[in-house]
Amino acid sequence: MTSNTSGIVEIRTAVASGDISASEVCRSALAQIGSANPALNAFNHVADERALASAAAIDRARAARGPLGPLAGVPVAIKDNMCVRGMRTTASSKILDAFVPPYDATVVQRLEAAGAVIVGKTNCDEFAMGSSNENSAYGPVRNPWATDRTPGGSSGGSAAAVAAHCVPLALGSDTGGSIRQPASFCGVVGLKPTYGRVSRYGLLAFASSLDQIGPITRSVGDAAAALSALAGHDSMDSTSSAEDVPDFGAALTGTVKDVRVGVPRAFVSDGVDDSVRRAYDSALDVLRDAGATLVDIDLPHARYAIPVYYLVCTAEASSNLARYDGVKYGYRSPAAAEDSLTAMYSRSRDQGFGAEVKRRIMLGTYVLSAGYYDAFYLKAQQVRTLLRQDYEQAFERVDVVAMPTSPIPPFKLGEKTSDPLQMYLADIFTVSVNLAGLPGISVPCGFAESPKLPIGFQLIGRMFDEATILRVADVYERATEWGRHAP
Amino acid sequence: MSTSLTIADVERIAALAHLELTSEEKQLFTKQLADILAYAEHIQAVETRGVAATAHVNVHGVERADEPKPSLDMQEALANAPDGAPTSGLFRVPRVIG
Repeated sequence: MTSNTSGIVEIRTAVASGDISASEVCRSALAQIGSANPALNAFNHVADERALASAAAIDRARAARGPLGPLAGVPVAIKDNMCVRGMRTTASSKILDAFVPPYDATVVQRLEAAGAVIVGKTNCDEFAMGSSNENSAYGPVRNPWATDRTPGGSSGGSAAAVAAHCVPLALGSDTGGSIRQPASFCGVVGLKPTYGRVSRYGLLAFASSLDQIGPITRSVGDAAAALSALAGHDSMDSTSSAEDVPDFGAALTGTVKDVRVGVPRAFVSDGVDDSVRRAYDSALDVLRDAGATLVDIDLPHARYAIPVYYLVCTAEASSNLARYDGVKYGYRSPAAAEDSLTAMYSRSRDQGFGAEVKRRIMLGTYVLSAGYYDAFYLKAQQVRTLLRQDYEQAFERVDVVAMPTSPIPPFKLGEKTSDPLQMYLADIFTVSVNLAGLPGISVPCGFAESPKLPIGFQLIGRMFDEATILRVADVYERATEWGRHAP
Repeated sequence: MSTSLTIADVERIAALAHLELTSEEKQLFTKQLADILAYAEHIQAVETRGVAATAHVNVHGVERADEPKPSLDMQEALANAPDGAPTSGLFRVPRVIG
């Protein structure tokens, strides 16, 4: 038998062998959502009937001895910035409050083709812009470990849903840390694949050169199983890679004796909370004791990652969000009949977007405007090149780079909302990974005490080498017991 | 370069971005955007002469053959419009010409 604490592989095995039906697994997940969600606000939408119908179809396929996919019967939650045909998809924005997509995102198609059962859409920061989930038009998500704290963001609902045992797998999207940081804050595993590894078709675009979809799970093995189902070229996303997709589960060999772990000591020296520093140092010790070699490295341009990121991502966002104009879909201001066309655009956008989205559109418009383009946007793109080169040079000497995921443990709701810059600065260890297009994973590595709050350890790999970061993360997970704690 | 931002600057950017901001929003964004831009000035310290710009990290070409394929059905494409005219296949907008 399985329970709500079972992982993907366990559930799939039990469903395939007939120990439990997909319908029972689904009912159990829906019951857990029903009991945990009122305190967490992790879901924007729960699709009970659709989920039960999908689960029943899996059970019929099994009864008929038909083929079962690698995720057969696994309940999955989808971040609400990915399209599911016929299921309201809002990106946690008022401007898309009534939007019902006419098509499925490729990741949704792939999950369902693998037999996964979609149970609903998770809350997030509006258009995935935020690090605390407080920018949602539907209210903040609360951290299952302490409900006065943020679950992180922007995929806060997905991380909270997995931590609270509502689902063993939730999809997030990561533009500057939005999978890894909430996974860290909620004590679960979050994997941002290499840029291009997973199709972005059907993901509501925020910053197209940085956005990437990935899994949030309770174990590294489950992250590997999920990535195997999600990855691969898609003709609907020209930036998705034709690179071979290995069996990521088979990559978990249990050894790191050949692995050189890069430690950017200067970069992680300042502004790191003591609890995070201790957990990070201990995690490095665990890897060394397991046989890995620690190598000091330097990432001299990493200290510029925050300004580079916020100049690049807002420029891209200002362009991507121009499509929300009150014409083709989304909110239109009711007074529009009396307005000129441009007044209708401006009024609909002002009423439909929340403060952080407007702030980023404004910043992005500014840095792309005449007189500022060279000094800000172009300059940021050049420093982005130098940052990529820092990583390329590091990866000549090491196989993975280790960092904390967040410099601080989960902070209190409301603590940073009045000062956007302070909120941005907490993204220091995640944003450079997106700028360089690399894969990164966050795994639980300890707790801050009183109150007990999760801390994450981040491993970063070469482009398309998710296999190695998964292998190292798996060895770390097996050597420790942090992932077995529950809120 | 130094970054000083005035309300007039914010109004100019808002017009470019098609955002009709309230006066409170204009005040708030003038301060917050100035703070963020002042912090972003840090990158001016980096020597970038001759460094190519990274617009994206794609290692492979992203072009494909331009082959016509079926796309969304017109009714479905219009179904989310706040003021659609599905039978005539149109999006309705406020009057544009006189």
